[in-house]
Amino acid sequence: MRIFDPHIHMTSRTTDDYEAMYTAGVRALVEPSFWLGQPRTSPASFRDYFDALLGWEPFRAAQYGIAHHCTIALNPKEANDPRCLPVLDELPRYLVKDRVVAVGEIGYDSMTPAEDTALATQLQLAADHGLPALVHTPHRDKLAGLRRTLDVVRESALPTERVLVDHLNETTVKEAKDSGAWLGFSVYPDTKMDEARMVALLREYGPDQVLVNSAADWGKSDPLKTRKVGDLMLAEGFTEDDVDRVLWRNPVAFYGLSGRLELDVTSGEATHEGNSILRGGE
Amino acid sequence: MTQPHATHVTPDTQDADGTPAGQDPQGTTPAHVPPADLRATLTAQLGQAARAWLDQALDEAAAHPGTHGPISVWELRLAEAGRRCGPAHADAARVLVMHAARADTDALTRVYTQGTADERRAVLHALPHLVPGPDALPLVEDALRTNDTRLVAAALGPYAARHLDAHQWRHAVLKCLFTGVPVDSVADLARRARGDDELARMLADYAAERTAADRTVPEDLHRVLALTESGRPAPGPADPHGKES
Ligand SMILES: [Zn+2]
Repeated sequence: MRIFDPHIHMTSRTTDDYEAMYTAGVRALVEPSFWLGQPRTSPASFRDYFDALLGWEPFRAAQYGIAHHCTIALNPKEANDPRCLPVLDELPRYLVKDRVVAVGEIGYDSMTPAEDTALATQLQLAADHGLPALVHTPHRDKLAGLRRTLDVVRESALPTERVLVDHLNETTVKEAKDSGAWLGFSVYPDTKMDEARMVALLREYGPDQVLVNSAADWGKSDPLKTRKVGDLMLAEGFTEDDVDRVLWRNPVAFYGLSGRLELDVTSGEATHEGNSILRGGE
Repeated sequence: MTQPHATHVTPDTQDADGTPAGQDPQGTTPAHVPPADLRATLTAQLGQAARAWLDQALDEAAAHPGTHGPISVWELRLAEAGRRCGPAHADAARVLVMHAARADTDALTRVYTQGTADERRAVLHALPHLVPGPDALPLVEDALRTNDTRLVAAALGPYAARHLDAHQWRHAVLKCLFTGVPVDSVADLARRARGDDELARMLADYAAERTAADRTVPEDLHRVLALTESGRPAPGPADPHGKES
């Protein structure tokens, strides 16, 4: 089973996770920019984070045979902090980089005017840079949040067909599908979706434009949820081809819209026997 | 090809002891190949679309070097070189773009600071072609502080061989042994290691620490140790101006 996790925050994960993910079949992933749990207080803090997503993290992933890509954005939570807002002016120079495959995560958190502005601005940036957008749906007031999100997308220069709306569930999937957007589902241990409900939704709505992710981060989450969904799909009668479509071909098709996917992993000629991640060469 | 400029440095054609640079195992990285040769080789390897992109990128860079607005055209070309030329050719393409733009230390510092790991590596490869003196050493030092083995290896090219002081150079060699970077990546290793008693002591101490912990001693350690014991005392860092033609 080859797996592309289209949404996972590896910065918060360990090398054990990389190893387990590789063993489970993960060969590619996308790490969206998001908040770090501890609020940032300046654009410089974002720059260091973006640089890590384009430097250290892809290096780490490559050591474990996994192709790393990222999405860049000011997240909705921190769009409400005037100290962070100036980072919007610095996004263009990041959005031209290799391996930046979308603008994201953008969307709503508390549905404030500041979030309206950040979302609209960044959808325009996506259109300007030939990138698709990863738009998450809020945890609270989800259906209203989805509707407002889709309205802003329709008013933007970015076609809805170049938008992935994420963290969908039973209450939001139908309207999201009707909009023509790509459909993202995050499978979590306690919140969001679980494996059984995910498979049920796949049966009801089909695998078209559906992406399944672990959204694993610094919270209680599981980077192997993608594999667990694949296993349950097979157990419940889906074919290998269905699984491959959902867990590999759909994410490749969506992020491939950027023209910047590079799925071959070279772990770096320099490390033929050692491994700098293990520090002292042990 | 783009016009040469005053501070252009032609890469070494031979090491200080007369060994042709081509025998350096690292001799195929873009740091070791004269830009004209690099372009000829790259052009022969690229497909039609990538070749057209490269030709245009180099023409633009030559016509509009320097800094323009938030991001110069040639810096945009650096950013997209990987997806245009493919990862295997990106280093060479980026070095050529920087060379065509006649990037000086300030420009290279900006590109490095704002760059991805891949772009930073390319800047390190470009240093011997573009910076005659030691001004760009802070970039080498930055790369040597990372744990990205690709950056560490690129930092130890001909530019570091010329300019890095003895203390930092020894620590860099030791870091290679710690992180599994083959010492073949270290430019001018034999010349700089020769007669370096302090390096020999550091290597011996590291070997003793490994042995005490019941771990194997890297083969490369023995190789470098042998180099320290061979021949006459090291002349120290080469005179940077003596290496230019
Ligand atoms: Zn997320």
